Amino acid sequence: MSFINDFLASWREYRRPGYYEKFDYAWTMSIDLDRCTGCEACVTACQAENNLPIVGEDEFAKGREMQWIRIERYWEGEYPNVKLGFIPMLCQHCDAAPCETVCPVSATYHNQDGLNAQIYNRCIGTRSCAVYCPYEVRYFNYNNHHWDAPLDEQLNPDVSVREKGVMEKCTFCIQRIRQAKDQAKDDGRRRVRDGEVQPACVQTCPAEALVFGDRNDAESQVSQSMNHPRAYHVLEELNTDPSVVYLKKVGSNAG
Amino acid sequence: MQAERDISYADVNRDVVRSLVETGSKYYITLAISVSVMLACFFAPWFYQLQYGIGAAGMNHPTVWGTYLASFIFWIGLSHSGTLLSCVLHITNSSWRKAMYRSAEAMTLFSLMVAVTMVMVHLGRPWFIHWAVPYPNQMELWPNFRSPLMFDVMAITTYLTGSTIFIYMGTIPDFAAVRDRTTGWRHHMYVLLSLGWRGTDTEWHRLGWAYTFLAVLIIPLAVSVHSIVSWDFALSIVPALHQTIFAPYFVVGAIYSGTAGIVTVMFVLRKYMNFEHYITKLHFDNLGKLLLVLSLIWTYINVLEIFTGWYSGTSTEYEAIRYKLFGYYAPLYWEMILFCAVAPLLMISKRFRTSFVPMLILSIAINIGMYTERFLIVATSLSRQYLPDAWGIYVPSLVEISIMVGSLAMFVTLFLIFVKIFPSISIYEIKETLPEPEPKTQSESGAPEWQPTL
Repeated sequence: MSFINDFLASWREYRRPGYYEKFDYAWTMSIDLDRCTGCEACVTACQAENNLPIVGEDEFAKGREMQWIRIERYWEGEYPNVKLGFIPMLCQHCDAAPCETVCPVSATYHNQDGLNAQIYNRCIGTRSCAVYCPYEVRYFNYNNHHWDAPLDEQLNPDVSVREKGVMEKCTFCIQRIRQAKDQAKDDGRRRVRDGEVQPACVQTCPAEALVFGDRNDAESQVSQSMNHPRAYHVLEELNTDPSVVYLKKVGSNAG
Repeated sequence: MQAERDISYADVNRDVVRSLVETGSKYYITLAISVSVMLACFFAPWFYQLQYGIGAAGMNHPTVWGTYLASFIFWIGLSHSGTLLSCVLHITNSSWRKAMYRSAEAMTLFSLMVAVTMVMVHLGRPWFIHWAVPYPNQMELWPNFRSPLMFDVMAITTYLTGSTIFIYMGTIPDFAAVRDRTTGWRHHMYVLLSLGWRGTDTEWHRLGWAYTFLAVLIIPLAVSVHSIVSWDFALSIVPALHQTIFAPYFVVGAIYSGTAGIVTVMFVLRKYMNFEHYITKLHFDNLGKLLLVLSLIWTYINVLEIFTGWYSGTSTEYEAIRYKLFGYYAPLYWEMILFCAVAPLLMISKRFRTSFVPMLILSIAINIGMYTERFLIVATSLSRQYLPDAWGIYVPSLVEISIMVGSLAMFVTLFLIFVKIFPSISIYEIKETLPEPEPKTQSESGAPEWQPTL
């Protein structure tokens, strides 16, 4: 009965407290809301990097735009004493992700890097992950998209183009992470250096509001901003244990 | 004793067999209409949606579930009363069950089939639906056993199998009775279906034992099925869905809409299959009492749902309740309250319960209200979640409405085919309630008169 023993062994491992915190890398992003100007450069960069379709006017009106990262705007007060706050919202890569438990075919799962990964080929399109996600960052392909010439020639060859009926979301530019890890291996290093890998949004942010790195590395820039007194998680009370850290906006114009 | 005194054993056989073999033009016209509605309103739009993508429906970014899922819950709910009610009444020895249980069980079966089809319609890539079933494969890929959707697949397939065996087993003696009375291709079909039933004591004994065994098995199964369907919602952390009341809420709602469905089907059978002697005021009276109790429980749970949301004291729950009661979908909410909580109070009066047409209208109203309930569960909760920036409105598209109508036509079609193959009233159990006929002695010619009986 070796397979029962195998099962019990992996079950015990699975139940061990802290099992989920033991990732090779724990990729984390910190977003400084004090620096964010709401320019949406990250949105555009993501669109270009990850082959996001431009859905067109009709689909946009139906509320089906694809933005793996979106800038949420929150207004406070009445005119003329209005305060405006921006929150860039992207997949939080929760370590206790509600979307992962609900997928009947395990199309979304946690990988060894602490990323919440989505397997397009496995997705059957129940859309339950999007319902379970409290951050509303999962986007569904309601139909097949096409890129008018010459836009089809700028598609990123490292990223698959998704077909109708599958769910997609921010991957933390997993193709770049993969490339950096390969590079580190080729160079004979064991680990990727801090700052060596940057998702498209982080690379583009003109105000440097976004910082990306590995929180297993205590020296990394992102680990330091995680310990910042302004740091918080969005919807922390839901215990999803997100991997995106926000630094609260302070000062007279704080929204 | 539900049937009137003047029915004899031979009358039962004759009436039921007549309902199977004598087919009027009305039947063919109805069948033709329902088949063409099914093709035009269900399969044509579905084909279009398969080509185009789920975008043919009205779903959008925050509200990724829509009427397809609402229809799925509705049909699963409608399936609930049939077999469940039949089993409960069987083990409690309620004799009034005997005239109606066969068609009630058929309702279970067909609404389950329609529900499964609705899942296919709902999925983004239905051609991969088998991935949700745990089958051994070369890639060693398994479904996610933590997923409530995966529990759903298990529960529904089990319930479908159980109900199919239950209705089939209970019909074997009737198939045999019909076999002895028919000729031609029908005779051959019933020879196969009756599995060589001869009506010996051993056979009756075994049938009775197995039937009760299955009845006891199916009751907890039926309760679990709708509890599990409710977990699709309750296991999420969406405000207004993440509630412990959801499992009993769904089970009660299911039995409620299912019982209303039985009333509708009973009326139609009585009227158009000429079963006036078998389906009587007594049945409508009893079903009416049951409906009244269920409507009160349902109303109580609805009040409780609002109370727990208010008592939680969180802004998201407040907003969910406020939006449900006074938001964009509020007219639908109050329509549901009117149809499912207020109107059923009419059944307090016995006169109402024993009048056929008012009961028919009420039963249809209850099911419209219950469909609305399922729609609201999906639409109001998903369009108002945690982040106000991602709020949205969902309105069903033409394709969705058409498929909703088409699914009803599919149910009617299946039912129409059923009434011509299955004896829709249990012959042998009706006879159990009738006075035994005088034992036939020798006839005048001296030869024993042979009656094909069971």
